[in-house]
Amino acid sequence: MNLAELYAFSPFIVLSATSIVVMLGIAFYRNHVVTNLVTLLGLAVSFLVLPMVASWIPRQVTPLIIEDRYAFFYSGLILASTFLTAMLSYDYLEKLPGDPEEYYLLLILAAFGSVILVASSHFASFFLGLEILSVSLYALIAYPRGMTRNIEAGIKYLVLAGLSSALLLFGMALVYATTGTMEFARLASQAFDTGGPIFLGGTALIIAGVGFKLAVVPFHMWTPDVYEGAPAPVTGFIATVSKGAMFALLLRYFIGVDVISHRSLFLVFAVISVASMFVGNLLALLQKNVKRILAYSSISHLGYLLVAFLAGGAFRVAAVTYYLVAYFITTLGAFGVITVLSGKEREAEDIEGYQGLAKERPWLAAVFTAMLFSLAGIPLTAGFFAKYYVLLAGVGSALWFLVIIMVINSAIGLYYYLRIIVAMYGHAGEKRHFIEEGMSITGGFVLFVLTSLLVWFGVYPGPLVEFIQKTAALLG
Amino acid sequence: MILLLFIIIPLLGGLFAWLFGRRSDPAARWISLVSLLIEQALVVLLWFRNPAAGIGPGAWFADLHSSWIPQLGISFHLAMDGLSLLMVSLTAFLGIMSVAISWTEIRERVGFFHLNLLFILAGINGVFLSMDLFLFYFFWELMLVPMYFLISIWGHENRTYAAIKFFIFTQLSGLLMLLSILGIYFVHARNTGVYTFDYFRLIGTSMTPAVSFWLMMGFFIAFAVKLPAVPFHTWLPDAHTEAPTAGSVVLAGLLLKTGAYGLIRFLVPLFPAAARSLAPAAMILGVIGILYGAVLAFGQRDLKRLVAYTSVSHMGFVLLGIFAWNDLALQGTVLQMICHGISTGALFMLVGALQERIHTRDMDVMGGMWESIPRMGAVVLFFALASLGLPGLGNFVAEFLVLLGSYKVSVIMTSFAVTGLVFATVYSLWIVQRAFHGEKRREWTISDLSLREMAVMFFMIVSLVWLGLYPRPVIDTARPAITGLMQSATSMEAPAAMANGSGNNGGTASQAVMNSGIRELME
Repeated sequence: MNLAELYAFSPFIVLSATSIVVMLGIAFYRNHVVTNLVTLLGLAVSFLVLPMVASWIPRQVTPLIIEDRYAFFYSGLILASTFLTAMLSYDYLEKLPGDPEEYYLLLILAAFGSVILVASSHFASFFLGLEILSVSLYALIAYPRGMTRNIEAGIKYLVLAGLSSALLLFGMALVYATTGTMEFARLASQAFDTGGPIFLGGTALIIAGVGFKLAVVPFHMWTPDVYEGAPAPVTGFIATVSKGAMFALLLRYFIGVDVISHRSLFLVFAVISVASMFVGNLLALLQKNVKRILAYSSISHLGYLLVAFLAGGAFRVAAVTYYLVAYFITTLGAFGVITVLSGKEREAEDIEGYQGLAKERPWLAAVFTAMLFSLAGIPLTAGFFAKYYVLLAGVGSALWFLVIIMVINSAIGLYYYLRIIVAMYGHAGEKRHFIEEGMSITGGFVLFVLTSLLVWFGVYPGPLVEFIQKTAALLG
Repeated sequence: MILLLFIIIPLLGGLFAWLFGRRSDPAARWISLVSLLIEQALVVLLWFRNPAAGIGPGAWFADLHSSWIPQLGISFHLAMDGLSLLMVSLTAFLGIMSVAISWTEIRERVGFFHLNLLFILAGINGVFLSMDLFLFYFFWELMLVPMYFLISIWGHENRTYAAIKFFIFTQLSGLLMLLSILGIYFVHARNTGVYTFDYFRLIGTSMTPAVSFWLMMGFFIAFAVKLPAVPFHTWLPDAHTEAPTAGSVVLAGLLLKTGAYGLIRFLVPLFPAAARSLAPAAMILGVIGILYGAVLAFGQRDLKRLVAYTSVSHMGFVLLGIFAWNDLALQGTVLQMICHGISTGALFMLVGALQERIHTRDMDVMGGMWESIPRMGAVVLFFALASLGLPGLGNFVAEFLVLLGSYKVSVIMTSFAVTGLVFATVYSLWIVQRAFHGEKRREWTISDLSLREMAVMFFMIVSLVWLGLYPRPVIDTARPAITGLMQSATSMEAPAAMANGSGNNGGTASQAVMNSGIRELME
C-alpha cells in the first residue's frame, strides 16, 4: 500500500481507529457522555476527511477495496446517518437500565462494515464487510438486556442472517469455481454471457443472500419482527444503513451487466420487485403497530428501488442513489420521532397510542407527518422527487409494466400512511403511549436537521441531483 | 414576477394566519381575508393590462421563466393568458367568500384551518399558471394534502372515509398522468435530443397514434377523476358531503375546474389527433354525466349530497363542450366553469348555513321554513333558478353556448344533453319545495341570514347576474386564449395531415369562419 492509497483509505482508518479508542476508553473510564462525544467526533472526522482526500480517488486499494466517488458518496451517507443515529440514541439509552457505552462501539463497527461494503470490489471484502455489519447488528438489536422481545428479535435476526451468509458464501464459491475470479469487475464482463448452470446457481444464491439483507420478498420474513423488537434507533439504522449499503453493493456488482438484456436475470429481479411491492403494501394495511407498518413499508420501498435498478441507461444509478438519499432521510426521521416519543417502559408503537399527538405535541406531529408524506411521495418532500426519479428511470427504459405496478402500489401505500396521520390529528383517545413532554436538545436537533433536508431536497433538489449525476456518471 | 405573487401571497398569508391564529382566532381570519383581497386586486390590475403575444400562441398577460432543476429539464415557468386569468380570478373570489363563510362555522384550530385553505388556493393558482408539465404536476399534487386535512379534520360524521377516498382517487389518477408526462418527455427527447418539460416546447411533439393515445389516456383519467366524469365520480359525493362548507366550496368551485382546465390547456393541445379520436366517447361520457348526475341528485335526501350530484351534472356540460372543441363550445365551457363555481359554491354555503342552524342536512326533517327564514329562502330560490339555467343568469348563457357548440358536432348528443336542463329544473325546484315550502314539520325558531352572510350572497348574486346579462368582458378575455389553444392544436395536426396526404386543414379553417359568423349573429 503506497501513500496515495493510504490517503484514499484514510476515512476508513479514522473510523476503525475510533472504534478502538471507544473500546479502550470504556475499559478505563466508563462514562456515557464522553463515549457519545468520542463516537460523534470520530464519525464527524471521518466524514470530513472524505472531501479532503477526494483528490486521491478513484483508486484501487489492494484488490479488495475500490475507493471511487461512488464509494465516497455512500460512505458519506452512511457516516452521516450513523452520526444522527448516535445522537438520537443518547437519550434513548439514558432511559434504559444497564450500561449504555458498548452500544456506541457496536454502532461504529456496524458503520465500518457498511462502508467496507459500499467500497468493496471483491468477494472477500464483500463478505468481511457483511459479517462485520451483521455481527454488530445482532448485538445492537438485543442490546437492552432483560427485555425478552429484544433478545427474541436478536436471535431471529442471528439465525436468518447466519443462514443468508451461508447461502451467500456458497454462491460465491460456485461463481468462483466457474469463473476463477472473485473481482466484481472481471466477473461481470464475461461470465453473465457465457456462464453455465453452476454460475447461474451461484448467482441465484448470491441474490438470495443479498435479498435477506435487503428484506425483499420472499426473503422478508424477519423484517416485521426485528423492526418491532429492536430498539427504535437501531431499527432506523437497520432500515437505512444496513439496507442502503447492501443496495449500493448490489448496484456495483451488476453495474457492468445490462440486466434488461439478460432475460432470466431480469425476470428474477422483476418478480422480486413486484412481489415486494404488493406483499409489503398489502400486509402493511393489516398492521396496528407503527413499527411493523414501517417494516412492511420498507419492503415495498425496496421493491420500488428495484424498478430503478432494473432500468438501464443514464438514469439508473442516479435514480437509485437519489431514492436512497431520500429514503435515508425519511426513515431516520420517522424512527427518530418514534425514538423521541418512546418512554422508559415501552416504545411508542401502537397506532392508537398516537391519537391526539397533533394537539399535545404539534411540532413532533408535523415532523412525523412530513416524514410519512415523504414515504408516500407527496410534493415538498424529498420522497416526492425520489419517486419521480424512479418513475423517470422506469419510463425511460420503457418498463411500463413495473412502473404501473409501482403507481398502483403507491396508491395502496397511501392508505396506511394516512391512517397514522388520521390517528395523530384525531381526538385524543384513552390510550396514550407517547411521552407527554420534554424533548432533548439532541433529539430536537436531529429531527430539525432531517426535516430541513427533507424539505430542501423536496423543493430545490437541483444541486443534489447534479452531484449525484456526476457520481453516477463515473460509475456507469 | 407578478405571477409568483399569486402563489406566494396565499402561502405567506396561510403561514401568518397559522402563527397568529395560535393567539387569536380573528387574527387568522383577517389575515387570510386581507391576503386574498390583495390577490384579487392583483388579478384586476392584470386584467387592465394589454395582453401581449409572443410567449406562445394567443395573448398573454404575464410570463415568468426561471430555472428550477435544469439537470432534468425542469423549469419554473408560469404564464397567464385569458383563461388562466379568469380561473385565478375565480380562485381569489371564491377564496374570499370561503373565508367569510367560515367565520362562525369553524371554531376549532382556526389558524390551521386557514393555513390549509390558503395552501389549497396557492396550489390551485399554481395549477392554473404552470407552463411546465412537471411544475403543473407538482402543484396538482400539492393541493391535495391540505384538502385532505380540511376534510379529515373539520369535516362531518364520515370524514375519515371521505378524505382517504378522495386522496387515493386523485393520487392514483395523478400518478398515471405523471407517467404520461414522463412518456411525452422521453418521446420529445428522442425526437429532438432536448430533455424538457416546457409546455410550449412539448406542444407539437410528433408521435405514433398508439403512443399518443396511451399517453393521452393518462392525462384523461387524471382530469376525468377531477372533473369528475362518470364513472370516475364516486369520490365526489362523499368528499363534498363530508367536507366543511369552505371545503365544499373550494372543491366544487375550484378543484373540479382544475380538471376542466387541464383538458383544455394540456390534453387537447398536446394530443390533438388522439383527442379527436376520443371525442365521441368523451362526449357520450359528458352526456351520461349530465343525465346521471341529475337523476341521482333527485334521489337524495341529504341536501348537501344533492348539491354534490348537481355538480356531476353540470360538469358533464363542461366535458361535452371541451370535446366539441370549437369556439362557441369552449367559450361556453369557460363561462360554465365560472358560473358553476359561483352558483354551486353559493348553494353549498347555504346548505352549510342551514346545517349550522338546524344541525341536519336531511330534507325529510325540513319543510315549511320559508316563514321563519324568508331571506335564506329567497337566496336559495335564486341559486336554484341559476342552477336550472334561468335566462338572464350566467349558467344559462354558458350552457346555451355549450349546446350551440356541440350541436354542430353531434345533434343526437346535444338533444340528450338538453333533456338534462329539464331534469335540472326538477331537482332545483325540488330543493326549494322540500326545504322551504310544504308541510311544516317543526316550529322553526332559527335566525335568518346574518349581515355577513347576506354580504357574501350579495356578491355572488351580483356576479351571476352580471355574467348572465353582460358576459362579454369575460368572453373577450377568454377568446384570445381559446383561439391560441385551438391554433396550437391545429398547427400540430397540419403537418401530420399533410404527411398523410389528405389536407383537412382547409376544413378546419372554414369551420373557424363559420364559427365566427355564428358568433356575430349572436351578438
